[in-house]
Amino acid sequence: MFHNLPGDHRPLIRFTLDGEEQVAAAGISVAAAVLSIRQTSRRSVISGEKRGPYCMMGICFDCLMRIDGEPNRQTCQVILEPGMQISTQSGSATLKFELAEYE
Amino acid sequence: MDYDFAIVGGGLVGASIAYGLGRQGNKVVVLDEGDLAFRASRGNFGLVWVQGKGWDYPAYANWTQQAAALWPLFDEELRDSTGIDLGYACPGGMEFCVNEDEMAELEGCMRQINRHSNGAFEYEMLDHAALKKRVPQISNQIAGASYSPQDGHVNPLYLLRALHHSMDSNHTDYLPNHQVISIEPLDDEFLLHTEGARVNANRVVLCGGLDNERLGNMVGLNIPVRAIRGQLLITERVESFLKFPCLQIRQTQEGTLQIGDSQEEVGLDDRTSVSVITTLAQRAVRIFPMLESVRLIRAWAALRVMTPDGKPVYQQSSLYPGAYGIACHSGVTLAAIHTGPVAQWIAGKAEHELIAQFSSDRFDVP
Repeated sequence: MFHNLPGDHRPLIRFTLDGEEQVAAAGISVAAAVLSIRQTSRRSVISGEKRGPYCMMGICFDCLMRIDGEPNRQTCQVILEPGMQISTQSGSATLKFELAEYE
Repeated sequence: MDYDFAIVGGGLVGASIAYGLGRQGNKVVVLDEGDLAFRASRGNFGLVWVQGKGWDYPAYANWTQQAAALWPLFDEELRDSTGIDLGYACPGGMEFCVNEDEMAELEGCMRQINRHSNGAFEYEMLDHAALKKRVPQISNQIAGASYSPQDGHVNPLYLLRALHHSMDSNHTDYLPNHQVISIEPLDDEFLLHTEGARVNANRVVLCGGLDNERLGNMVGLNIPVRAIRGQLLITERVESFLKFPCLQIRQTQEGTLQIGDSQEEVGLDDRTSVSVITTLAQRAVRIFPMLESVRLIRAWAALRVMTPDGKPVYQQSSLYPGAYGIACHSGVTLAAIHTGPVAQWIAGKAEHELIAQFSSDRFDVP
């Protein structure tokens, strides 16, 4: 679990993580915000094992979470904003397929 | 250290031959380059593909079909001996057509292959309605597809890994960073000068891909090859929707979509290009409109090993009969037949009737 360093006076902003209200410093990534609260971001879609953000630079894909309903977001590449709804994604993302578009 | 066989190249071709020879109890060494080689085996699509091949070359049509038919047993053997699941599946494969002209042309090829194989090759031409029943997400812009139940796919990286894993149990020595500088034919053996150690072997098998032409010249083998660049797009993992591998797109076991297929003649340049990436992405969306929202994770390019007619070369040197050369661009599909019949031929145990059809003498026609 990560903590902000003493002397960090950045304003705190509110967001929800899996339905629970949380706060974190403004200006950090969603992945960093999650890591300040817990270790897990997702479960492997292959093995089901727990995963947490790892590289923090956009190439490991272990930080994938759902942000405001959109799945497969790389949370280390997204800056936390007030009111964001972050949730653990269950399984793979599904591509939107509208049969109506074809008729 | 004296070896029965020195295999130059540790890609899918070299590793398959090493597997076939090693499990017969031969003392084998595989000489490989380092991380910065071209390594076609790490850049390919993973198709175990039959349709469309050999419409102009009956021996190749039959060779490919035999290789594909050997795959299920080959997959089982590797899984049993290494514990590695290759992700092999044979649900049948498709090639999409955007208009009726393409459908007609493709049907012509399939009919030829069917004839060459005396009816053994199975295929169906699917019109749009029939295609939509099997692949509901297909775009209205796709006129249809050719389908063959004999087509499949595999994870080519797991295949390479399983073959390399087997080198341990077969007591085969694997030497990376040992690029072969020259091969010296001696009285009844070969001395290979590499960037690492020198190696002696009774027989040498050249599986060096694009380097085979240079190596072949040292042992009286003519193996003309050129590079054909292919670029590939990789998407994020999404829920499984495409169970049939297709020439232009396939979905892996893990949910990733692989998008191809491009061919460029740019020499030894294995870089990606924005123009081709764009074309591949646009084509994928034309086939499956819902891919508009999918995220691309990475793209890569690899250099195919292409002989003058695109068909394999299996050649024994007449000048130095202990030297063999192999070149092909279908190292995945042919892996199952390389580990068996081709390894047997190299070991002098059995001759397969079709191997002679792929002699490099065919390029000597004036």
